[in-house]
Amino acid sequence: MAKPPASARKRSVQQANRRDEVTGTDFVGHEWDGIEELNTPLPRWWLWALYISIVWGVVYVILYPAWPMLNSATSGTLGWTSRGQLSAEMDAEAARRAPMVRALAAVDLNALPANRELMQFAIAGGAAAFRANCVQCHGSGATGSPGYANLRDDDWLWGGDMNAIHFTITNGIRNPDHPQTRMSLMPAFGRDGILTGQQIDDVVSHVRVISGQERASAASARGAVIFAENCAVCHGPTGEGMRSVGAPRLTDRIWLYGGDRATLTTSVANARRAVMPAWGGRLDPVTINMLTAYVHSLGGGEAAPAPSETGAQPAAPTVPATP
Amino acid sequence: MTAPAPAKGFSLYAKREPVFPKAVSGNFRRLKWAIMAVTLTIYYVTPWLRWDRGPYAPTQAVLVDLAHRRFYMFGIEIWPHEFYYVAGLLIMAGIGLFLLTSAVGRAWCGYACPQTVWTDLFQLIDRLVDGDRNAQFRLHAAPWGPGKIARRLVKWAIWLLISLATGGAWVFYFADAPQLAGQLFNGSAAPVAYSAILVLTLTTFVFGGFMREQVCIYMCPWPRIQTAMLDEKSLIVTYKDMRGEPRGSVKAARAEPDKFGDCIDCDQCVAVCPTGIDIRDGAQVGCITCALCIDACDAVMAQVGRPRGLIDYATLADAKVEQAGGKPAPLLKTIFRARTLIYLGLWSAIGLGLLFTLGNRTRVDISAAQERNPRFVQLSAGDIRNAYSINISNMESRPRQMRVAMEGLAGGHMWQGESSEHGPERAIDVTVPADSVARVTVFVAAPYGNGHSEDFHFTLRALDREGGGDNHAVTFSRPLE
Repeated sequence: MAKPPASARKRSVQQANRRDEVTGTDFVGHEWDGIEELNTPLPRWWLWALYISIVWGVVYVILYPAWPMLNSATSGTLGWTSRGQLSAEMDAEAARRAPMVRALAAVDLNALPANRELMQFAIAGGAAAFRANCVQCHGSGATGSPGYANLRDDDWLWGGDMNAIHFTITNGIRNPDHPQTRMSLMPAFGRDGILTGQQIDDVVSHVRVISGQERASAASARGAVIFAENCAVCHGPTGEGMRSVGAPRLTDRIWLYGGDRATLTTSVANARRAVMPAWGGRLDPVTINMLTAYVHSLGGGEAAPAPSETGAQPAAPTVPATP
Repeated sequence: MTAPAPAKGFSLYAKREPVFPKAVSGNFRRLKWAIMAVTLTIYYVTPWLRWDRGPYAPTQAVLVDLAHRRFYMFGIEIWPHEFYYVAGLLIMAGIGLFLLTSAVGRAWCGYACPQTVWTDLFQLIDRLVDGDRNAQFRLHAAPWGPGKIARRLVKWAIWLLISLATGGAWVFYFADAPQLAGQLFNGSAAPVAYSAILVLTLTTFVFGGFMREQVCIYMCPWPRIQTAMLDEKSLIVTYKDMRGEPRGSVKAARAEPDKFGDCIDCDQCVAVCPTGIDIRDGAQVGCITCALCIDACDAVMAQVGRPRGLIDYATLADAKVEQAGGKPAPLLKTIFRARTLIYLGLWSAIGLGLLFTLGNRTRVDISAAQERNPRFVQLSAGDIRNAYSINISNMESRPRQMRVAMEGLAGGHMWQGESSEHGPERAIDVTVPADSVARVTVFVAAPYGNGHSEDFHFTLRALDREGGGDNHAVTFSRPLE
């Protein structure tokens, strides 16, 4: 056993001065079943890293929010907060977008699609707003579902140019609290006893004939007469529809609820009065402009009507009294 | 807490022994100066070379434009999807190193490696400021005083200037050099430029000024790989011990001519060695084969009237042959042997392959992706409409008129997106800006037919004289009721 050197440091356990011959390292003095612990101190770089970390920690606690208290945390001398950082970033982003937002607030909607840069900005913003507000009914792909309009096709109940879309979004459809809302109330021909069951069957046959789903029959011939008397006032003599009252075109391949006999019978007997909220009070005008641009860009957007045929814009009249 | 006492007589840490290489002159030294001049010139001057690419592309001859993801090298422009060219160059660099190593040993380490070149430059500064080897020794051993402090400050300042120029030159490869130089001085350059300069300045200063041969011996993986690549047929700097040993002074050899070899034990080979090794100990990881010891030894041999080449470039096999009294193989035969020829073949094949693909690459590209939400839309007249996002790449640095047309899908027609208004066209024309990708959304409408989905192609054709084209297969989806 090596003798402890004369210069050995003073230890609380005298026996610790023994030295391991193989490594030349002192023993700590602890022994477990003949296994002894060597006194191998931490490397100096490690100690320094520890000290620097401690100093870092103290400085951090002084500068930044750190200790949780009963109601809030210590605030730190720099006054930094994660919420403050977020709002600063949001403010910077808002400032970056401000020129575009201002332009979008003042834009003539009919001229917007021709302004490529502003239109792209509006579409991007509209897509985000659509995901937050519209997908619940119209679906993430804007393709709708029975009773909720598909916004991508080329068929519009109330018009598909920029101003018509904007008007619909702003005022909603059949919104009882909104005087400007898109309003039309198709009579419930069966429930209200206007037509008999047989008559409804006949008129459904007629509708299926003009939409190309059935061949003409005696029933459809009877139905054509009933249609002319009861339905043509809104849906038009040939079933071409009328946008000013939101009466759908009945001759095409697109059905809001469905074109099969059962669904059509239900529609005629009970009427469909789907609603859409008026977003005018809920969303700011710029967001509504963005949504307009987005919906218009989905594939069904129509050009602005020629000046001579303006007339769909003012408040839509309600359906005239039933005959 | 008291600092731990280091274990006596046993440490994993080897303290750096400072190396003060002596100035030397000779053929290899001249070669090294020439290579240093060439490599440093290439490094510092390249970013300032101009190359006219027309009004739509940068004028810098060599530019790594990270922001726009373009790599320019004289007449070649590489887009990110062509990164395999860079990969190919890196593979060529790797095989080139293998080739060089098996042919002429560690020539890269000895002459062209930046660590060697900058260390050599810094040692030149050492000699200019402090004097040659002995003066440097004295100054190193001298206590700190005004003279030593002044000399050290001057030397470190020059080192720092070189380092700054080195780090500064690096960033010019990544931005327009004249413009960036102005921005660097008036403080308006990007922060990343300053931090890159800072980091590279510090690494140059520390690696070139203080760590030097330690980088080669402890940090660089290449010497370790090379020790595995060198064999008895590799050209390395060899001390011909059978000729040199036993060592003895000129005087001793004159007294007993038969007893001593040619080595007069003057230690000049050690004095000039930039990594501080003794080549007479044999091949070792610290030897970068800079051949300065050959110059030093040749000079001494000339003085004492003995033949040159006691230390010389030689393969170990040649040294054996020479020892046996034979004549070593000619240099060309040493260099061109099966292994080096295989490396050369591989290296050339990759290079030629790259050149071939470079010559045949098209500078237009189309890719199309069908919109998935929804895949199809029922139109009122009975047609089905699909939408596609089409990316058209124009990799030339001029705007080009291109035509995207449908091939297949009978009865179908296409129009550019966002509107329902369209005619019966089956093609659209797009002007793609110079050196960019145009993204267009197109709608394609086709009759319902049998309700099955159908494959067709979008074809792209450049409408100018140079032409060129590409095509991409897509699917037209229909709702099968």
